[in-house]
Amino acid sequence: MSALLNVNKMTHFFGGLRAVYNYNLNIEPHQITGLIGPNGAGKTTIFNLITGVYTPTQGSITLENENIKGLETNEIAAKGLGRTFQNLALWRHMNVLDHIKMAHYSQLSYGLIGAFLNTRKCREQESQIEENSFRLLELFDIKQHADQIVTNLSYGAQRRVEMARAMATKPKILFLDEPTAGMTPDELGQMIKIIRQVHQDFDVAIFLIEHRMKFVMELCQHIQTLVFGELIAEGPPEEIQNNPEVIEAYLGKEDLS
Amino acid sequence: MEIARKFINMFSNVPILGWLLGIFTAVLIEYYWGYDYISYYLGLPKIPVLFGALIMLKEPIMIPGAIGYDLIVYVIPILLVAKASNFLTNPVAAILEKTPLWMSSIIHLVCFYGVLHLWAGINDYRVLIVKLTLISIILTISINVINGYQGEFSCSHPGFMAIGAYISSIITLYFFVNDKTFGAAVLSPALGPWLFPFALIAGGIAASLGSLLVAIPSFRTRGDYLAIISLAFMFIVKSAVENLNVIGGARGMGGQPDYAPLPVIFIWTMLCIWIIHNFVTSIMGKALNAVRDDEAASESMTVKTRKTKMTAFTFGAFWAGIAGGLFAHVLAYINPGMFSINRLAEILAMVYFGGLNSIIGSIVGAVSINVLGEALRPLELFKWIIIPLILIFVMIFRPYGLISFKEINAKRLLRSKHKREQGV
Repeated sequence: MSALLNVNKMTHFFGGLRAVYNYNLNIEPHQITGLIGPNGAGKTTIFNLITGVYTPTQGSITLENENIKGLETNEIAAKGLGRTFQNLALWRHMNVLDHIKMAHYSQLSYGLIGAFLNTRKCREQESQIEENSFRLLELFDIKQHADQIVTNLSYGAQRRVEMARAMATKPKILFLDEPTAGMTPDELGQMIKIIRQVHQDFDVAIFLIEHRMKFVMELCQHIQTLVFGELIAEGPPEEIQNNPEVIEAYLGKEDLS
Repeated sequence: MEIARKFINMFSNVPILGWLLGIFTAVLIEYYWGYDYISYYLGLPKIPVLFGALIMLKEPIMIPGAIGYDLIVYVIPILLVAKASNFLTNPVAAILEKTPLWMSSIIHLVCFYGVLHLWAGINDYRVLIVKLTLISIILTISINVINGYQGEFSCSHPGFMAIGAYISSIITLYFFVNDKTFGAAVLSPALGPWLFPFALIAGGIAASLGSLLVAIPSFRTRGDYLAIISLAFMFIVKSAVENLNVIGGARGMGGQPDYAPLPVIFIWTMLCIWIIHNFVTSIMGKALNAVRDDEAASESMTVKTRKTKMTAFTFGAFWAGIAGGLFAHVLAYINPGMFSINRLAEILAMVYFGGLNSIIGSIVGAVSINVLGEALRPLELFKWIIIPLILIFVMIFRPYGLISFKEINAKRLLRSKHKREQGV
């Protein structure tokens, strides 16, 4: 198996509710995969299952042939799954620069004593991380906001902060949960550009949840459609676009009676 | 308004060194002439201890005298010397600026300590106030780590303090003192002051271990529920101590040797400020803020939230334990009643008054609540109406406390303030 991420027959129950059933996923390196489906289909649940927020009831998840099911979220994140959130999850009292620095947490090696005594190792690492963070800020075009508190930024800028933050964890796969929710068409075009750029510059695979067909069709090489926790269709964009089941799930069945 | 602003502007080019020199002069004036001349001619019975606050409240007839004393001894000399010594202090500050920051900070701190020592030395009561205030600073900063930076509402600080106080007292009494309960001293009492830091650290570590009882529930619960758990912890410690007759039970435990003179407490306080400042400005320390603001996001950004919470609690508790140990050796007597709900109210008042998420805020909070508490003592019952009222007003106008979300920038604080630099 050469797949970067492999999810096999994942099933999850919330109490008696079957949220995800028999879900399979293969993400190849450098591939952009999209996950679409109506509200409540379980898309975000799948994200949460893979990134370790919940542990699936059944099934296996492997990253580079290494089991990651049952690990803590921070361990999975450190192994290379970066993510953004559907409703922005920024730290509301922190400035932008600190956000990016914080995402380097797993790369710190100076330990608590180093932090208490402000040892040379600590200072060197922190200044290196700061340098790195500024590079990311520049890439995402938010350098001018570096010392602003995030809640003061515009919505689009906050989205970019979130993405820069996810990239700071050095992910192999980037999980984007509705990256364009609440954006204007103008910002949407910008977002597509940014995602393309990230995809190229960092050589990262991307897995995204999205509602806007235009966005998904333009970006993704592979699309999955989820309804009630089950995959109903999978394939390249053109195929999905014309799949009657997908159209039905999104638009409803025509009532002929 | 305009005049006031101009007046303040006049002093904008005075560096910290200038202010220190001004205060030094004031203290010298008080030291040499305070009793014999100034307070005598102003009709004051003795040197006003806390800038005349006590005298003014006790005998209103003395108000003009006390105010006159403050003006003559403090306000006028400080302002005059600070302004007039500009030509001297600014170049010195500029030279210090070129030395490494730690050296410049230490020199400033030594100067500051000298002035403080002289001021406090005029009166025993002052020494005690300064000691207790410094201990309060440690307590307030350490609870700020948990309640401010980590954002949990922990009420167990008096409990941590009690653990530290009792453990370090037991160690010093057992090893260095011929005591009724613990028998003859095991080691030579001459070693006591030198080994005292280890007793304090042992107390701190014991408090950290105790804090795990609150830290572990905090993995799963937050807010009100954790507040109740931590409150329970405080009462558990209190009643455990009350029922342990070996260490005096409810009668308390006395006879601690005087190992905590002013310089020792000052050094511990500065050490505490330095270490906590280093911690909260490092990425590892800012993880506390991240976990407070959004735990799920922190986890996804590789932050080890459990480790972070545990660090916040054990670290905060450690310093509370140190403060407790110093407290026990200042008063040379402790009893479980000291570490109860009253103490908790005091600590919480200091941290919320001063400002969350800020070391400088904690210092301001600790100093002002302590000094207010002492200064308003003659009002007796009304003291407990006035202080809460002040707190309520602060909460209305500044919900996060007086100075919140600000860190000390030693470099900016200590730099020289030449006119030409200001133009830039």
